Amino acid sequence: MNSTGTLIALGTLVRREITRILRIWSQTLLPPAITMTLYFLIFGKLIGSRVGEMAPGISYIEYIAPGLVMMSVIQNAYGNISSSFFGAKFQRFVEEMLVSPMPGWTILGGYVAGAVTRGFMVGVIVLGISMFFTNIHLYHPLVTLTTFVLAAVIFALLGFVNAIFARKFDDVAIIPTFVLTPLTYLGGVFYNVAQLPSPWKEVSYANPILYMVNAFRYGLLGTSEIDLAWSYAVMVGFVVVFGAFCLILLKRGVGLRS
Amino acid sequence: MNQAGFYGVPRKIAAERAEKYLKELALWDKAFHVSRTLSGGMKRRLMIARAMMNEPKLLILDEPTAGVDIEIRRTMWKFIQGINAAGTTVILTTHYLEEAEQLCRNIAIIDHGRIIENTAMRNLLGKLDVETFVLDLANPVGDLPTVDGVKISKVDERTLEAEMSRAHDLNSLFAALSARGITVVSMRNKANRLEELFVRLIEANDKVAA
Repeated sequence: MNSTGTLIALGTLVRREITRILRIWSQTLLPPAITMTLYFLIFGKLIGSRVGEMAPGISYIEYIAPGLVMMSVIQNAYGNISSSFFGAKFQRFVEEMLVSPMPGWTILGGYVAGAVTRGFMVGVIVLGISMFFTNIHLYHPLVTLTTFVLAAVIFALLGFVNAIFARKFDDVAIIPTFVLTPLTYLGGVFYNVAQLPSPWKEVSYANPILYMVNAFRYGLLGTSEIDLAWSYAVMVGFVVVFGAFCLILLKRGVGLRS
Repeated sequence: MNQAGFYGVPRKIAAERAEKYLKELALWDKAFHVSRTLSGGMKRRLMIARAMMNEPKLLILDEPTAGVDIEIRRTMWKFIQGINAAGTTVILTTHYLEEAEQLCRNIAIIDHGRIIENTAMRNLLGKLDVETFVLDLANPVGDLPTVDGVKISKVDERTLEAEMSRAHDLNSLFAALSARGITVVSMRNKANRLEELFVRLIEANDKVAA
C-alpha cells in the first residue's frame, strides 16, 4: 500500500471512530459531564470550601480541577479504545482490517487518534464545566496541550492492550474498575502526595498518573509537585514502550489470529 | 465506504462504487438502513457489494445464494457473471448444481473434504454417458413401447421415463413412440445434468472408499 493509500486508510479509521463517539454521545460525552459536575459540586464547593488553600492563592476547588480534567481524559481515552477495538473483535470486524493491506501501525494509529479525540472532547467539556466553579485559566497552553496528548495516548495504548487480550466484555470492564480508578484516585488528583506519610509517599511516585496530573496542573495553574522535565520523561517513556508493545502484539496477531 | 478506505480507495470513488454495486445488487433503496436490520438475503448481497468496493482481481463467494428467493438468486447470478466478464475471477462454492452449471467454466467436486474432480465444466459434462428424460404424453398409455438402447418405464398413465445413452439419438425414440400412436407434448431432463453426474461421481467414490 502506498503512502496515499495508507493515509486514506488512517483517515477512514479516524472518521469511523469520531462518528461512533458522536453517534453514541449519550454514552461517550454526557456521563463525564454529569459526573464531573457532581465532583465539582461535592468535593469542590461543599467539602473544598472547608479545606482552605492548597498552595498560595490556589483554593481546593482550583487545585482539583486539573486533576478532574485529566481523570476524565484518561478514563475516556482508555474506555473508548478498549470498547471500540474489543467491539471490532467481538463482531469480527477486526478481520476486515487484518486482511486489508493496511499496516499495523495504521490500525493502531487510527484507534489511538479516535481515543485521543474523545479524550479531547471530554477534556474540553469538563474544562468548560470547571469554568462555572473556578477562575482557572491556561497558565501554560503548550504544557497543557502536550500533557493532555501524551496522557491520552498512553491510556489509549493501554486500552488497546486490554482490548487485545480481552476475551469477553467483562475483561474490558475489569481493568478500569480495579486498576485505572484506584490509580487515578491515588495519583494526586485530590491531594498533594507530599503530605502522605512514608512509605505511601514513595509508593505514590511509582504511579504514572501522578506525573500526568502534576504536569497538567502546571499547565493550568503554574504549580506542580513534580519536576516538569521528569514528568515529560515518564510520559514519553510510556508512550514509546506501550506503542512498541502494541505494534508487536498486532504484528504477532496476539488475541486476534487463531 | 469503510471497506474501501481500508484498501486506500479515495472517498469520492468509494461513494461512486457503493452506489454502483448497491444498485446492481438491488440494495440501493436500503443504502441508509442499519445493516443489522436487513434480511438474510440482503445481508448476503451487502457482503458481496462490500467485497467489491476495492474491486479485487479474485472474489471468493461461499454459498452466496443459499436461502435466497429465485428472483434475487437470478439477480446475483447476473451480477456475478457481470463482474466476471469485467475481469474478476470468481471462486464460488455452492450446493446448487444448477447454479454451478450456469455460472462456472471450471469445476471442482469435493467429497468428504477431498477433491474428486477438478476440470473444465465442458469436460465434466462430456463424461455424462447416460441421460434420463421425462416425457409428458397427450393421452394415457397402455403397453410400454420398446426401443433398442432405450430403457422406458412408466411413471403414471400420462408420463414415461426414458433412460438412454448419449450416443443414442432422440429421433429413433420419437419415431418409435409415434409408430405406437403415442404423442409427446413436452419433455425435460429428469435431473439437472450436473446433478446426475455429481451423484454418480460420489457413488463411485464411495464404492472405491468401501
